[in-house]
Amino acid sequence: MKYMLMMGGTKAGWDTFTAWPKQDLQAHIGFMKSFNKELSASGELVAAEGLAVPAQARVVRAGKDGLPITDGVFPEAKEFLAGYWIVDVDSPERAYAIAARASAAPGPGGAPMNMPIEVRQVMSGPPDELL
Amino acid sequence: MTARLDAAAERLLRDLAPQVLGAVVRRFGDFAAAEDAVQEALIAAATQWPKEGLPDNPRGWLVQVAARRMTDHIRSESARRRREAAAATDVEWTAPAPDHESLNLASSFGASARADDDTLVLLFMCCHPALTPSSAIALTLRAVGGLTTAQIANAFFVPEATMAQRISRAKQTIRSSGVPFGLPARHERGERLRTVLHVLYLIFNEGYTSSVGSNLLRPELSREAIRLTRVVHALLSDDTEVAGLLALMLLTDARRAARSGPDGELIPLTKQDRAQWDRNQIAEGIALISATLPKGSIGEYQLQAAIAAVHDEASSAEKTDWPQILALYGVLRRLSDNPMVMLNHAIATAMVHGPLAGLELLRALDADGRLTGHHRVDAVRAHLMELAGDRASAIAHYKKAAGRTTNIAERDYLLMQAARLGEREA
Repeated sequence: MKYMLMMGGTKAGWDTFTAWPKQDLQAHIGFMKSFNKELSASGELVAAEGLAVPAQARVVRAGKDGLPITDGVFPEAKEFLAGYWIVDVDSPERAYAIAARASAAPGPGGAPMNMPIEVRQVMSGPPDELL
Repeated sequence: MTARLDAAAERLLRDLAPQVLGAVVRRFGDFAAAEDAVQEALIAAATQWPKEGLPDNPRGWLVQVAARRMTDHIRSESARRRREAAAATDVEWTAPAPDHESLNLASSFGASARADDDTLVLLFMCCHPALTPSSAIALTLRAVGGLTTAQIANAFFVPEATMAQRISRAKQTIRSSGVPFGLPARHERGERLRTVLHVLYLIFNEGYTSSVGSNLLRPELSREAIRLTRVVHALLSDDTEVAGLLALMLLTDARRAARSGPDGELIPLTKQDRAQWDRNQIAEGIALISATLPKGSIGEYQLQAAIAAVHDEASSAEKTDWPQILALYGVLRRLSDNPMVMLNHAIATAMVHGPLAGLELLRALDADGRLTGHHRVDAVRAHLMELAGDRASAIAHYKKAAGRTTNIAERDYLLMQAARLGEREA
């Protein structure tokens, strides 16, 4: 079964992140790299992407003429998807365990961040007999 | 896993791919279907050759397998059309189905001079101006490079189905544009060659600085771009810009090993361990550009290669001949309106006349507007402000650049720069 593990963040959170001491940044980046490597080595990683910072985020709606209307100035506290993993695992418990590892990524001073990771099961396609 | 082709056979297969495709297109006319047939023949070779050994005439073998696929395709197509026609008009279909299998196909195809021409013709087709760059790149890698759809999809981090669709759409575009299989008219050739070189350069750059994702380098794409540019250079050895592009690729790619650290982190030119640079490749690039520049028909690729050569010749960052680089950028600026050239010119100016002179040029670049919001401008400004001793502004601009790049390795590097300066300040 596949799960999507979503990591959120705010624009203010990004600004704080960029102000971390060098050593803490390095530890955090190193953790994320080896975490992805581990997931890939265990054969559970389907996809992982980090998203560009929220300053570039836009919400788009189609106007009456079908042309895009973009909205792009958001309050500092608005939550954005910062990145996600899609994992293929044997049980929901395994997905939660992976999410907990990501949540405990090292923050300032090396302490675990314990950031919230939203875990959602990915729906599968229709079974063969329905096709 | 089954046995795999060794490196030499793999290279042979990839060299033969465009020649075989040219031969099949000439025989059957349908580029899109021929391209699929050749792809199937390449896959058949990759599975059969390791088991059965290399055939005596590998090219003939591939042509024959591809031609057989083509006849199958034509048969099923004409059967389909026959059914459709019968359903539509209820009239008996009379003409016989073509039977190409009775011909001795492999020997009826042209000599090697024609095969070389075919490679060029295919490059011109795949880099057709009606195609978007991403389509042209994908089609070039498959039809001329002989890569499988899976390999190309892998290099661009997209699902195989996505890449298959992109290639199929590209072939439809070519079909509907109605270009015949042949070299473009003489007066169009120069312009079309520029497009070919541009596509090859894009493939190289995509491999050298990945525009997406966490991998900074995808060496297989750069290697393929170099291989294809070598092919073009062998066919058009008098063209100075082809030689210039090949030299530029060799001189840039020579620094690959030194360009990233053990965890894939970016190492800028000034901090690279130059002992890791590929001396043979540098020597080849320098010999090529030195032989090309005196021919007199100067162009952008040659100038960029000359600049890369000056960097590669310096035994340390401090010993870089910046006045010469600045002079070369001066010539390049007169030739090209590219704002990236203006940006690099500003860096060279800073290295010769000091950071303030460089920052002055960056203000002109701001006024120009074309690079507004581009992370490279912020990164260069941060670097020059650091050199000028304005730490607070440098930190702010490093962070701004980090927020704007879409390459994770580059983002991490820029964040580290900001953090490094922040620590010194504290």
